[in-house]
Amino acid sequence: MQDLIQHIINGVSLGSIYALIALGYTMVYGILQMINFAHSDVYMVGAFAAYFVARWFGLNNSPGVGTLITLLIVSIAACSLLGLAIERFAYRPLRRAPKLNILITAIGVSLFLQFSGQLIFGADPKVFPNVIEDATLFYIMEVPVKSFDIAILGVSVCAMAILHYLIYYTKLGMAMRAVSVNGPVASMLGVNVNRVIGFTFVVGSSLAGIGSILVGMKYPKIEPLMGTMIGLKAFVAAVLGGIGSVPGAVLGGVIMGLSEEMVVAYLSSTYRDALAFGILIVILIFRPAGLLGKYTIEKV
Amino acid sequence: MKWFKNPILSLIAMLIVGLIFNFSVNAYIQITILFIMVNCILALSLNLVNGLTGQFSLGHAGFMAVGAYFAAYAGLNWSFGSPSLLAFQFFLYTLGGGILAAICGYLVGLPSLRLKGDYLAIVTLGFGEIIRVTLLNIDTLGGARGISGIPSFPEYDPVIFTSFFTSYIFASIWLIICFFFLWRIMQSQNGRAFLSVREDEIAAEALGVNTTKAKVRSFVISSFFAGVAGALYAHLTNYISPSSFTFLQSVNVVIMVVLGGMGSFSGAILAAAFVTIAPELLRSLQAVTGVDLRMVIFSLCLILIMIFRPKGLMGEKELTDVFPWLRLGRKKA
Repeated sequence: MQDLIQHIINGVSLGSIYALIALGYTMVYGILQMINFAHSDVYMVGAFAAYFVARWFGLNNSPGVGTLITLLIVSIAACSLLGLAIERFAYRPLRRAPKLNILITAIGVSLFLQFSGQLIFGADPKVFPNVIEDATLFYIMEVPVKSFDIAILGVSVCAMAILHYLIYYTKLGMAMRAVSVNGPVASMLGVNVNRVIGFTFVVGSSLAGIGSILVGMKYPKIEPLMGTMIGLKAFVAAVLGGIGSVPGAVLGGVIMGLSEEMVVAYLSSTYRDALAFGILIVILIFRPAGLLGKYTIEKV
Repeated sequence: MKWFKNPILSLIAMLIVGLIFNFSVNAYIQITILFIMVNCILALSLNLVNGLTGQFSLGHAGFMAVGAYFAAYAGLNWSFGSPSLLAFQFFLYTLGGGILAAICGYLVGLPSLRLKGDYLAIVTLGFGEIIRVTLLNIDTLGGARGISGIPSFPEYDPVIFTSFFTSYIFASIWLIICFFFLWRIMQSQNGRAFLSVREDEIAAEALGVNTTKAKVRSFVISSFFAGVAGALYAHLTNYISPSSFTFLQSVNVVIMVVLGGMGSFSGAILAAAFVTIAPELLRSLQAVTGVDLRMVIFSLCLILIMIFRPKGLMGEKELTDVFPWLRLGRKKA
């Protein structure tokens, strides 16, 4: 029983990280109908930006809420700039190109970031600074709840609440929803589509930046290829929840996190990475629109 | 050059070129040439799915792994014994690797080819990874250690039929089979169906093409040749492990297809040669700068080609369209 609760706690905190990254995929997909493969590498760059800033400012060994907030801001800034640059220089020239070309470009951008990351940051793993003190806050049925699990949950719930507000209660959010429903018509009604798309990339990438800090807190080892696997899993989470759907991404993320934790705990850890793809394949074959997605009929 | 259209004559021409290589260049260049041929088979086979049928597969390395593991396991464990049958044995196991990969391709393709575009790419990626993780967990196949000591192609004679030349013969036979099989299938009814699926799936369906069948066929053929290429790869390197067949290997093949032009046979061959040789050339650069620039350059190429030449360098053109003098002997239509 205690084991189970421990696994649930781990699964939820892992799942909320997946959810944050999945939101980035789902938002870009909703607005451009493309998989932004480079998203996972934006996340990697966020982690490295925080790592270097922490080293330069000597925040390495001063865990606390202040450090957490500083690093979050740094990482969000770095990721949004990068996301904006990717959108501007790689995706915008291809706005009207066939989907296959956009997909190949996205893979190209992703590989480019990974390998330039290896060039610039070095291929060896680095230790992420200690962001928050490792302490046990309270117990649930004698299972210790760690400070970073609470921090992960708190930060991601805050981020999601802000995102919800942004999408549903602001003018910009309305513009984003309009573009995702029908871009050309939105532009006829006076929405600057390119700006809205740019902003979507900024928001999605910021979420990836937040995710990178949270992962760094829980698994403090960062390397240039760290984005690939977590990115794929977050993508699976987005598809599982129904790609293009914001609540779906959150739900999918939590389900992914929990099921992965359970597989590792009760089956075998070597199948951990195959699980994500297994889920993906089953979902796509039996319910291609995901749990909360809507079916669309292809019209000629 | 009319006789290029005849497989036997092209094979003989290739073998003569190979014989020259056998005497004129050193072992390093020889092995590079063999890898070019393996990559040509890979690129040609993926070109069938990605370029000519318009489906985007990212799991080619998985099928390559199936072929490689079959050939390696069979070559090590089920020997025919008699050395005179050795050549036959190699051929048979390579074929077996291809067939097993084709069966996997069928099993993978049947459910996943209902999906389109991005989803298909991700699912094929997923299947590729699942094949890899499964191999990682099968202990009889070595798990993460892989299989080592895979027999090379036999050496019959230290002067002419050296290990290089026999490998070269095997590789050329398969390359010729692959090229002509794919080339001719594209001239057939099946090939037309593939093209129609690429151009407009709904229109093709309306005209009575069974699009699912066409896609699965193209996928199975492509997996078959990927398996063959994997088997050749296993015999050439003598060592395989699951880490030889990662996502990056699939991407490598995709780069060849995109670079060469999606849908162009000669483009795929040229790009395969380029992608194999470029890292070797960059190696001297790496000695100067101390870093591996290969993938950075390739990925940048990929982005720039997509932006500036969306159909790949050659587009759908063949070499004979670019240089008409290569077409001597063909009657003007």
